[in-house]
Amino acid sequence: MDFLIFQVPMLTVQAVLDGLLLGILFALIAYGMALQWGVMNIINIAQGDLVILGGYIAYFMYLYGIHPAWGVIVSPIIMYFVGVIIYKLVINKVVDRDLFISILATFGISILFMQLMNFAFGADVVLANSGYGTTMLFDNSVTLPNSKIFSAFISIVFAIGLVIYMKKSKLGRAIRATAQNARAAKILGVDTEKVYAATFGINAALCGVAGALISITFTIHPYMGLPYTIRSFMIVIVAGLGNLPGVAMSGMGLGVFEEFADYILGTEFRIGSVFLLLVLILVYRRFKLSRKREYLK
Amino acid sequence: MKIKNIIVTFVSALAILFSTSVVSLAKVVGDKIILGAAISLTGKYSSNGVHTQNGYNMAVDRINEMGGIKVGGKTYKFDIIYYDDESNPKRAAQLAERLISQDGVEFMLGPYSSGLTKAIAPVTEKYGVPMVEANGASRSLFTKGYKYLFAVLAPANLYLDVAIETAVELNGGKGVRIAQAFEQDAFSQDVRLGILDAAERTGSKIIIDDKLPKELNDMAATLAKVKAVKPDVLVVSGHTKGALTAIRQIAEMKVDVPMLAMTHCDAAKLSKQHGKNSQYALCASQWHKTLTYKDDFFKDGMTYAADFEKLFGYDPPYQSAESSAALLVFKDAFERANTFDQKKVRDALADTNMQTFYGNIKFAEGGQNVDKPMVLFQVMCDDAGKCENKVVAPLKWASAELIHPIPKWSER
Repeated sequence: MDFLIFQVPMLTVQAVLDGLLLGILFALIAYGMALQWGVMNIINIAQGDLVILGGYIAYFMYLYGIHPAWGVIVSPIIMYFVGVIIYKLVINKVVDRDLFISILATFGISILFMQLMNFAFGADVVLANSGYGTTMLFDNSVTLPNSKIFSAFISIVFAIGLVIYMKKSKLGRAIRATAQNARAAKILGVDTEKVYAATFGINAALCGVAGALISITFTIHPYMGLPYTIRSFMIVIVAGLGNLPGVAMSGMGLGVFEEFADYILGTEFRIGSVFLLLVLILVYRRFKLSRKREYLK
Repeated sequence: MKIKNIIVTFVSALAILFSTSVVSLAKVVGDKIILGAAISLTGKYSSNGVHTQNGYNMAVDRINEMGGIKVGGKTYKFDIIYYDDESNPKRAAQLAERLISQDGVEFMLGPYSSGLTKAIAPVTEKYGVPMVEANGASRSLFTKGYKYLFAVLAPANLYLDVAIETAVELNGGKGVRIAQAFEQDAFSQDVRLGILDAAERTGSKIIIDDKLPKELNDMAATLAKVKAVKPDVLVVSGHTKGALTAIRQIAEMKVDVPMLAMTHCDAAKLSKQHGKNSQYALCASQWHKTLTYKDDFFKDGMTYAADFEKLFGYDPPYQSAESSAALLVFKDAFERANTFDQKKVRDALADTNMQTFYGNIKFAEGGQNVDKPMVLFQVMCDDAGKCENKVVAPLKWASAELIHPIPKWSER
């Protein structure tokens, strides 16, 4: 049974497409994490909770009769301000400190968000229906939910938009300058405080987009944030910091890898195999690094 | 000044000591029998925790209104001390300890979920406190030899047993091919064991056996496999999340299976969230309001549901019904024991043999209720898209005929 995927060739196509669509969505979340990690040196444990909050915004729009797809516009706007507020209240106090402190601080924010969402929205699992239907390929043997295709498309649009924004706009250049050398940027007149706030806001806005997409493709629940944090953390680790195209590639790669692990090893090893891959990559990196040092000697 | 402080501290310490020692006589105060319960009022189980509490409260009020409990020629009323266990097993165990040793509670009601019941049971067992629980169905609760644990509900391994039996029956008594996907938690894995038993008994074959991760959000891979191998029955159990995810993705991926059986559709409010996409799904349930069991307090399921809705504004899920039943069991046991001696009440509980609006209740050696079968309902929708859950099995309670096989997506 384990090797069903080799007996039914269409499953391979299904697995690759499912993996890619899933991976692109995860890459969007990881993209935000990579950005603020690179700029502010903060690992945001609350990343997944921001995603879920974004999802609830889309869900409530759906509840009030607005199509949840509009959530991809409304949710990031609201989430941007949520991000800026979190920055002003907490993050600006830990931004220059040890990485461990920022992990603790964002861990605290994560718990707070979970409980607040649970309090405000209840502990029920919810979802928003887009009613987008399904695309059938190869005589119905491969099916792709249109909501997933929509999610991937929107993710790509936002990712490309962000890259252009970073390159062309004044704030984007300021953000990149701060990421390269915060002190030098400050001396040259960049208001780093503002840059940090904007970066955190942009990250939260990306989470908002992703959340809205997740509410129409999967399910949301106040306590479901952590897997998204871990997944995006892994994608960033695999891609390396400051490597935005790498984030997209590693997101899609991990998505496909996961699907294949599911078919070949079994569903129970799906997450485990991703972790194993992470360990292998870290060990390999370290090995490569140590080789380099020897060479330099 | 210092001496004054010391005196104040001393006096207040004494006062606290005195007040707790007064409270610790609390098992029966005046005409009140005080029960203790740790319930998930916050945290991830909070919605079901509230259903549980509403069920308890409704039964307490009803029993008290209708004359209370008669023990030793005197009439008593129920009262419950609640604590919020925050959906956390460790906290639940601490609170059970606190209820028993500080508040002096001598009789307990169960928390919500198998996991929390598992955490509390060793504590109540240690102190010899009889506990009637209504929301812990995991089989492992009933194999540990607990003497003071009684569950009014059917154990988890029986949840989807009926579905397999029905499928085999419809297949002319021949075994069927089963695809199953279960979350990796105690409850769902118990349901899985039940299916394995049923498969062996009926000569059925399990062709897909996926274990879903706890952070389950995507079942696409499992469903793609199902599409490829075309089983006769697809069984899914992964709490509310599992039910919602399965229905969404089965509809999106147009997976055709003759029978789809699940757990937790009630809590997931399947038809409300998914509308017609949830049509034809079979759901295991401990109780359904159309069942015709009867008792003196709530009359029958329909009356219970109507009264419950009047009080709380929503249709009662089975979690509430079974919680109400737990109080009826306690009342019955107290009256038969005719004393508040914990041992005698425990023995009376063990001898329980009664009918409630929720079902027949009779405990096996391990404490599980063996006299109440699970029911299966099927989501049925009319042309306007209004969906209802109709009981289809066991046949004795059926209010509608099972629709089998499920029509293909292309024909819907």
